[in-house]
Amino acid sequence: MYKEGDYDIIVIGAGHAGCEAALASARLGFSTCLFTINLDTIAQMSCNPAIGGLAKGHLVREIDALGGEMAKVTDKAGIQFRMLNMSKGPAVWSLRAQADRVLYRLSMRYVLESQKNLKIKQTSVEKIIVEDGKAKGVITSLGIFYGARAIIVTTGTFLKGLVHIGLETFPAGRAGEFPSVGLSDSLREHGLKTGRFKTCTPPRLDAKTIDFSKTVPQWGDDPPPPFSHSTEKITNPQLPCYLTYTNNETHKIIFDNLERSSIYSGRVKGTGPRYCPSIEDKVTMFPERQRHQVFLEPEGLETKEYYANGIFTSLPYDMQVSLIRTISGLEEAEIMRPGYAIEYDFVFPTQLKHSLETKTIDGLFLAGQINGTSGYEEAATQGLIAGINACLKLQGREPLVLGRHEAYIGVLIDDLITKGTNEPYRMFTSRAEYRLLLRHDNADLRLMDKGYEIGLLERSVYEKFQEKKKLIDEELLRLKKTRVRLNEAEKNESLEQILKRPGINYQFIERHSPPNKQLSEEIKKEVEIQVKYEGYIQRQMEMAERLKKIEDKKIPKDFNYTSVNGLSKEILSKLQEVKPVNLGQASRIPGITPPAISLLLVAIERLKKERGKSQ
Amino acid sequence: MFKDDTIAAISTPIGEGGIGIIRLSGKDSVSIVEKIFYSPKNKSLEDLPSHKILYGFIKDPLTDEMIDEILVTVMRSPHTYTKEDVVEINCHSGMLPLRKILELVLKEGARLADPGEFTMRAFINGRLDLSQAEAVLDLIRAKTDESRRIAIEQLQGGLSEKITIIRDRLKDLCVNIEAYIDFPEEDIEPATKEEMKKSMEGIKLELLRLLETYKEARFFREGLSIAIVGRPNVGKSSLLNALLRKDRAIVTPLPGTTRDVIEEYLNIRGLPVRIMDTAGIRKVHDIAEREGVKRSLQSIENADLVIAIFDGSEKLCEEDLEVLDKTKDKNALIVINKCDLPHVLDESSIIPYFSSNEHCILCISATRGDGIEELKSSIFNHFLKDWKEGREGVLVTNIRHKIAIENALSSLGRALSGISEYAPIEIIAFEIRDSLDSLGEIIGAITTDDILDSIFKNFCIGK
Repeated sequence: MYKEGDYDIIVIGAGHAGCEAALASARLGFSTCLFTINLDTIAQMSCNPAIGGLAKGHLVREIDALGGEMAKVTDKAGIQFRMLNMSKGPAVWSLRAQADRVLYRLSMRYVLESQKNLKIKQTSVEKIIVEDGKAKGVITSLGIFYGARAIIVTTGTFLKGLVHIGLETFPAGRAGEFPSVGLSDSLREHGLKTGRFKTCTPPRLDAKTIDFSKTVPQWGDDPPPPFSHSTEKITNPQLPCYLTYTNNETHKIIFDNLERSSIYSGRVKGTGPRYCPSIEDKVTMFPERQRHQVFLEPEGLETKEYYANGIFTSLPYDMQVSLIRTISGLEEAEIMRPGYAIEYDFVFPTQLKHSLETKTIDGLFLAGQINGTSGYEEAATQGLIAGINACLKLQGREPLVLGRHEAYIGVLIDDLITKGTNEPYRMFTSRAEYRLLLRHDNADLRLMDKGYEIGLLERSVYEKFQEKKKLIDEELLRLKKTRVRLNEAEKNESLEQILKRPGINYQFIERHSPPNKQLSEEIKKEVEIQVKYEGYIQRQMEMAERLKKIEDKKIPKDFNYTSVNGLSKEILSKLQEVKPVNLGQASRIPGITPPAISLLLVAIERLKKERGKSQ
Repeated sequence: MFKDDTIAAISTPIGEGGIGIIRLSGKDSVSIVEKIFYSPKNKSLEDLPSHKILYGFIKDPLTDEMIDEILVTVMRSPHTYTKEDVVEINCHSGMLPLRKILELVLKEGARLADPGEFTMRAFINGRLDLSQAEAVLDLIRAKTDESRRIAIEQLQGGLSEKITIIRDRLKDLCVNIEAYIDFPEEDIEPATKEEMKKSMEGIKLELLRLLETYKEARFFREGLSIAIVGRPNVGKSSLLNALLRKDRAIVTPLPGTTRDVIEEYLNIRGLPVRIMDTAGIRKVHDIAEREGVKRSLQSIENADLVIAIFDGSEKLCEEDLEVLDKTKDKNALIVINKCDLPHVLDESSIIPYFSSNEHCILCISATRGDGIEELKSSIFNHFLKDWKEGREGVLVTNIRHKIAIENALSSLGRALSGISEYAPIEIIAFEIRDSLDSLGEIIGAITTDDILDSIFKNFCIGK
């Protein structure tokens, strides 16, 4: 067998997870090789041409604070930026950008190709070689062997990918691309258990054939706010999206042809996401709805292709054409690419550690859609964490594990490996019990120290952050110390107390008592949020603190759950499956009762005492 | 330290719940229970294989009275917790059957176990080391709390149902808000402030009503104490026996036989009553008796209700006046005993001692059992005037549940003031989820996945 080279870290798949993983690894000084089935679709946005949105935008900001790439590339490729939820409070504000699909992948490819320590190869990896429980390397479809000390698999929907359009099916990684067939068998041969998910995409339309005058344009914010903490200004021209609606005629076409839908005819076996239902699902599950929204989103600056967001479908091509043409503004629309459903293998994520390394194969990490998630941001996040942790492992350091109170990343990974998932997992703010702590605005305050310490965050960015932090702290102190009387009738109060009042904003304080230094709008906002939210932030911190006690009760790696008397069979099997690292994680496993936790606690304390004695 | 006799104890908390367990450990465990066990299918415990359960009854071997319908588990040495033969009797809880069965096994030769003695035996018999024993003692505590919880929920039946209904209403509100937060670009109509307020006020009212029942249920939960007072030989012990329908205290015609306070337990329509038979109140010289009188006065002081008993066949004497003097400010029931004998006592001389009309006078004959049921009714009604058996509604009897409801209420209160103060919607959501979590503690429900499920069920999310 031809052996081409040995690397510290091999990354299989160059989607959003793979790009972050490979960059993290190479930037931390490890020789890295990134394999992709198709060099021309590196960092491809396979579905909607947008990054961010509720909770997802938070993830992008966290990636940026840790030294990842997604935010920067989005800023380069973004053609519309909108801060969502501005009518609500700052904890649930979230940025969303429409991105130029081509620009996005080219920008990311440029970053990858410019990166020191990183090689990129177009080939399909067929096998992972494991010796004595350790990942050793990979074999490609051409039979070439590459050695590695750690392997990160980020293959997205490519594992045994099967595309459905109506009753037609063909194997594909996504429409128009080769699937990865051998690799998922290889993973199973190594003992990993897999399941099958599906997801649906909408048709793409030709702008020349759309009557935009019958739709409602939606512009982004002006000036467009960037994702990355280090982007000064968005320079791309900005474009609107357009809103239109389905109607009863559309719904009737779907109703009358359900048996021709691959989903309704029972041909698609995988489970799909409930938050992203096909149009077939929408009209059958909510028959009372007279209309459903359709967002027409530009695919880029240099193309006429539009993405019909909302009409996810696997109906046959002719049905897609008829239903599209019932929609206002789309009466004469031409489909450039049809919508399709794709089924793929994923690995049950409860087989992973918090570091995203598999529990059973040393040095094998999985990240992204292969772990049962959905979404570019969820994937990129995992890629970054897997990349960082593969490096930390090779450095002999402790893995980076973010707490549920520290980052949406922490919530995402803890949910996945503790609860598993029975549909493609997407992040929502309602999944975070510490939502008021995990804000879009404070991602840097939460995570930049960690990013810098790991070595991913650039020094210049970190120094700028420290300056910002200092100014925030100084201003907070000033507000606390400065006491004023607003008018004769009122008593002497600190600026902080005044700012806490409903209806008072920082601008009011600034007018009344300006700060000594010129502060940026970002800093003013941060100060205002921290003061106004203080009581709630405090309460959430206390909640996290209380939970820490139970999180600190570690469960030994070799702990024998069958030695605990009184656990039901069901609870026992769940504990054995997840192998929680501490009692906090154990308590979050669905079906684990408080008495079971007490039993575990007793057994662990007992074991500790015994081991203490024998030493 | 090590005794190889057979020990027994009630291993579930007394006074509450649906299941009671009496556990025996030691070589005579099986034979002792066999003596009081009655199997309708004529099965014998001696023949029962280890770790199997047998259905039957406990009967008093002297009177053949059926005490309770039960399940017996026989676990034979050495595969038991103590490595000795262990028998567990699962009976209906409540003081009466549990105590009666315990008394029977004690009468048949078992000894009442000291606290933690079962675990000590496991340790001594080499089944546990000391640290294990310590750990298990902690576990026992945890287990007891749990069985208490289960028991109470059975007793209450409707509470978790009621909480679920209230919580679902709150959840609906939360789901609307969460969907509105997480899916800003979907066609989701948020609830208006007025709708939210109205809904929360309604839920608040329901929770307050539940909280009210906690006060009402205090007597059911904690039981209540009654002191029987009267001059010597007026029939206090006879009354106690009549109430208990058995000879518990020693009854002689000699004054001062009962020198200490005797406590007994009684169950009046589910109301647990601790009844104290006090030493007679009189002038004494004997030190022991003086101590007895002192304790009697203490009992009167602490009791929820005093039963002042007088002899209907005699005139009011100085010692009776002493009793009246001690009880006049108390919650008291006046009982005229010995109504089977010619009536001599002039009741009008008693009435002036009690200003309120609430002190009713009852005539009984403790020896013949006349008027005892009426007395029990009076006791019951005294505490629960408005109580109707099998009435509708749910009781909160557990302190943990009460605290959870209080927490839910304060979160709701904060959510409501948040609305008035124009707090951001995620703050309102935070308080509502806090409230949901508090209520969830009562019924063991988890919030997050619940909410997401409902969002996808109720709203067409699809961008």
